[in-house]
Amino acid sequence: MTHPRNPGMPLDLEWALKQNINRSAIERRTAALPGRRTVKKQWQVAWLLRAVTCIDLTTLAGDDTPGNVRRLCAKARNPVRKDVLDALGAQDLGITVGAVCVYHEMIVPALDALNGSGIPVAAVSTGFPAGLTPFHLRVAEIEESVRAGAGEIDIVISRRHVLTGNWDELYDEVVRYRSACGEAHLKTILATGELGTLQNVYRASMVCMMAGADFIKTSTGKESVNATLPVSLVMARAIRDYAERTGWKVGFKPAGGIRTAKQSLDWLVLMKEELGDAWLCPELFRFGASGLLTDIERQLEHNATGRYAAMNHQPMA
Amino acid sequence: MNTSEIFKSMEYGPAPESAADALQWIKGHSSNGKFDLFIDGAWLQRADNAELETTNPATGDKLATITVGTGADALLAVRAARAALDGWQAIGPNGRARYLYALARLIQKHSRLLAVLETLDNGKPIRESRDIDIPLAARHFYHHAGWAQLLNTEFPGYTAVGVAAQIIPWNFPLLMLAWKAAPALAAGCTIVLKPAENTPLTALAFAHLCTEAGLPGGVVNILTGDGSTGEALTRIQGISKIAFTGSTEVGRAIRKSTAGTDIKLTLELGGKSPFIVFEDADLDSAVEGLVDSIWFNQGQVCCAGSRLLVQESIQERFIACVKARMQKVRVGSPMDKTVDMGAIVSEVQRERIQSMVATAQEEGAEVWQPSGTCPSSGCFYPPTLITGTGMTSTVMQEEIFGPVLTAISFRTPAEAVEIANNTRYGLAASVWTESISLALDVAPKLKAGTVWINSANLFDAGSGFGGYRESGFGREGGREGMWEYLKPAQSATGYSAEYILEHTDLGDEDPEPEEAVLPTHAATTGMDRTAKLYIGGKQARPDSGYSLPVVSPDGREIGLVGAGSRKDIRNAVETARAALPGWAGATAHLRAQILYYIAENLEVRATEFAERISVQTGRSFEDGATEVALSIERLFTWAALADKVDGAVHSTPGRQATLAMVEPVGIIGIGCAWEQPLLGLVATVAPAIALGNTVILVPSEKHPLSATDLYQVLDTSDLPAGVVNIVTGPRDPLMQTLASHDEVNAVWYWGTHPGVKSVHELSAANLKRTWANGVSNDAWLSTSTTALERFKHEATQVKNIWIPYGV
Repeated sequence: MTHPRNPGMPLDLEWALKQNINRSAIERRTAALPGRRTVKKQWQVAWLLRAVTCIDLTTLAGDDTPGNVRRLCAKARNPVRKDVLDALGAQDLGITVGAVCVYHEMIVPALDALNGSGIPVAAVSTGFPAGLTPFHLRVAEIEESVRAGAGEIDIVISRRHVLTGNWDELYDEVVRYRSACGEAHLKTILATGELGTLQNVYRASMVCMMAGADFIKTSTGKESVNATLPVSLVMARAIRDYAERTGWKVGFKPAGGIRTAKQSLDWLVLMKEELGDAWLCPELFRFGASGLLTDIERQLEHNATGRYAAMNHQPMA
Repeated sequence: MNTSEIFKSMEYGPAPESAADALQWIKGHSSNGKFDLFIDGAWLQRADNAELETTNPATGDKLATITVGTGADALLAVRAARAALDGWQAIGPNGRARYLYALARLIQKHSRLLAVLETLDNGKPIRESRDIDIPLAARHFYHHAGWAQLLNTEFPGYTAVGVAAQIIPWNFPLLMLAWKAAPALAAGCTIVLKPAENTPLTALAFAHLCTEAGLPGGVVNILTGDGSTGEALTRIQGISKIAFTGSTEVGRAIRKSTAGTDIKLTLELGGKSPFIVFEDADLDSAVEGLVDSIWFNQGQVCCAGSRLLVQESIQERFIACVKARMQKVRVGSPMDKTVDMGAIVSEVQRERIQSMVATAQEEGAEVWQPSGTCPSSGCFYPPTLITGTGMTSTVMQEEIFGPVLTAISFRTPAEAVEIANNTRYGLAASVWTESISLALDVAPKLKAGTVWINSANLFDAGSGFGGYRESGFGREGGREGMWEYLKPAQSATGYSAEYILEHTDLGDEDPEPEEAVLPTHAATTGMDRTAKLYIGGKQARPDSGYSLPVVSPDGREIGLVGAGSRKDIRNAVETARAALPGWAGATAHLRAQILYYIAENLEVRATEFAERISVQTGRSFEDGATEVALSIERLFTWAALADKVDGAVHSTPGRQATLAMVEPVGIIGIGCAWEQPLLGLVATVAPAIALGNTVILVPSEKHPLSATDLYQVLDTSDLPAGVVNIVTGPRDPLMQTLASHDEVNAVWYWGTHPGVKSVHELSAANLKRTWANGVSNDAWLSTSTTALERFKHEATQVKNIWIPYGV
């Protein structure tokens, strides 16, 4: 299932800026939601398997080498142990993660390792994580990564444009990035932990979508506060508003801090309740995570065997 | 469904909570499924009593049989509570605090059992009973363990009122029990609690917790039964307090049946609360707030936001959002953890909802329900939105008590307030805007005991809850709730019921003055002065055209006053109503200045007023002079207090300011006793107007000239027209007109027992607050803290405004 890409639209600041966000009410909603919805038994298994397919399995470290990236890709191809999938009756679902997410220099090793799997390689770009390198170099970085074979580009927006209210510049920047991406999908990282208010999160989300983002993403994983449910709710509602107004579906990627199977279900519930079932697939939803998969694996093994599972029984990335 | 299918469909599956433990508990704690009455710490078997079955409304399955308590049982229970009273008081604050703390802990220890019992019995989703009802109930006992501990230091000079009869509804069975029992026990009262006939199980479980806590017998008595049980309970002699939560109709009946007694009343009744959405609100959050407001507990919430007021500029978009959200509301087995709306409590209730929605349809409204279906068996009703109505629509005026929202638009903030207040009720309101200026402008103007800004249905033990208007009176929770179970230890104003009964005729005959001698200073004579009435800042001739003679103790006619009648009261209320917004909205500083000015102008004429008192009453000039001096001092006291009756900021859990704002009651009708003709007037009018009320006063019937002399004092003191209106004439008939006037918010009365009774009875029509006393002027003579506090309480009501914040 592929969705038509969001082509963007002219910047409509009146619309982007007028929506008000009430943090307390947002937090009440996200605090209540995990208590309002739960999935048990085979429903839990199915939902966790779906969560696995939405993971952007990630390594973004200074000491990344082709070796550890190859290990990560092997895990991406076989994220859940075969015997566990067999026991759960899920062997035919073709479970892989959504993508592998690396720095530019690791694109080629990753592509090699993923050859034939259909799993795309995503590259973080534009001077990730701070995005303060020269603009022409940021654009060039995207172009280089696309040339190297990245199917998805995770860019970081200039937080200063949000904090100083330079919405036109933010829009122009993202439009330029989108054009540099060509066929590659553009994920815009808002770094919500550095935007100060939920109001800014909504506004930045809207401007990025207007500029043609395929995904809006919460965080680099490097901020002190990364993906939270309140921030995700605000971004999900921005996506809904944009879809209602323009008809284009934009994807959502929470990243950083999502480590447990239970958390992954909370996010899926949030998507289902606020955006609908269309957003429960990797085309429109990704988790940016590295440790999450292991916890889901343990939970799946528990469902398969009835015994609580050990960490060292899950093959590492 | 297998895993592969679910992987593709991504549906929710069943997530049932088990009923097994709760059903086992019922079996183990009853005799063959039948529960007895819990009286005096023991289970009292009543073989001959009627029985009721309590059922699970979601399935129709029988859960248990309960005993229907009779009048005789109620008597036993009240006697047990009375017998336990001394012992419970003797335990002392710390002793009672320990028991309340133990009860809080026990509720937590048995939280899942209580949650499941509640859901089985009531039909509310397990999520709500588990995450809201039971934790709030436990919190209520913790909070009030604190008040128990602090009773002597926080409420010095006060003691428990006595035995409290408490009647609770079926919508939040254990939580309402907690709201009633915790403050009563903390204050040192003992209680007889009657749970609702549909939902008795958690109250019966609570009785077991009391035993587990080792609570002395008789302190808590649980009397199950139906409406007749509750009615019988309210009529038992020896009750000092009735706290009732339920329908306005039953509240009225209780007001009438307790007329003429000095039983303290708290009534928490119906509502038709507005949910107001301004164009600058966070609309998606407002939609979610609406879910918490009207689809919480299937809409069976007295403070449910059942009227949606949405600004016309965003109406279309907002209603579309509401409908989209309604599609996502899951209706189904309340024991399922993924269900938002469970079962309606009973078939009777469901039929009532259905018939009111049908009425709306007949009246031409549009009724919209989401396409998702309700379970076909069991007692369910879908979330419902009604649009296209006017204010005249039945569903806009009457409480439905179900998951039905009626929407209407407004143009301006002023119109929103007008529509919001266009109701007989006044329980709660929810206001959605991102403008703090707008929110804090609107909140004080709403006639409601609780206002939630950008939120809905937030509750906490630390904040008072209760109504304005016909939503009842009294508060539950917080410091303001504690007053409802306390009385002054040294009672200056309280009388035993016996005293009043024995002195039923006392008011008809004023005690003879000791010395009926002529005053040494002769009253001024000369040009004829016929005192008129004082209405709207002018002297007005009585509508009747008659005058009444004022006679001195030695039988001389010393003057004439207007014979006020119904129509004069009507006119006076009109001007009091017109003056109210300006006076209530005036600064406390200004009100204080005017009271000082009245005092100043009264002092200028002190001799004349002293003489007049003396001539009318036959008391000595010095005695009269003392009364004048006391009156002037009293004006100073209330001028001083005018800007010092502060509100509070409650410490409720969560990131919000919960403002307890002290607001005037509104229009107060005051009937004075015969004695102390000047002080009786000043001591009652001063607190009323100092705190922002407007007044219609019927002065001493026998000695009215002190009041009529005051007109000129008031005229020269810059008191705005209509703030104080004085109607002379036959007090009790005039007070009956005031007590039955629907525009009047409170009546204070000092007079005869029949007069007290009729004030109480007539007040039931609009459930105005009453402070009606047998003959005595103690309240005015006393300057004790408790007497002043009583005036403060009677002249004000607390509005709690919840303001969550954060960016």
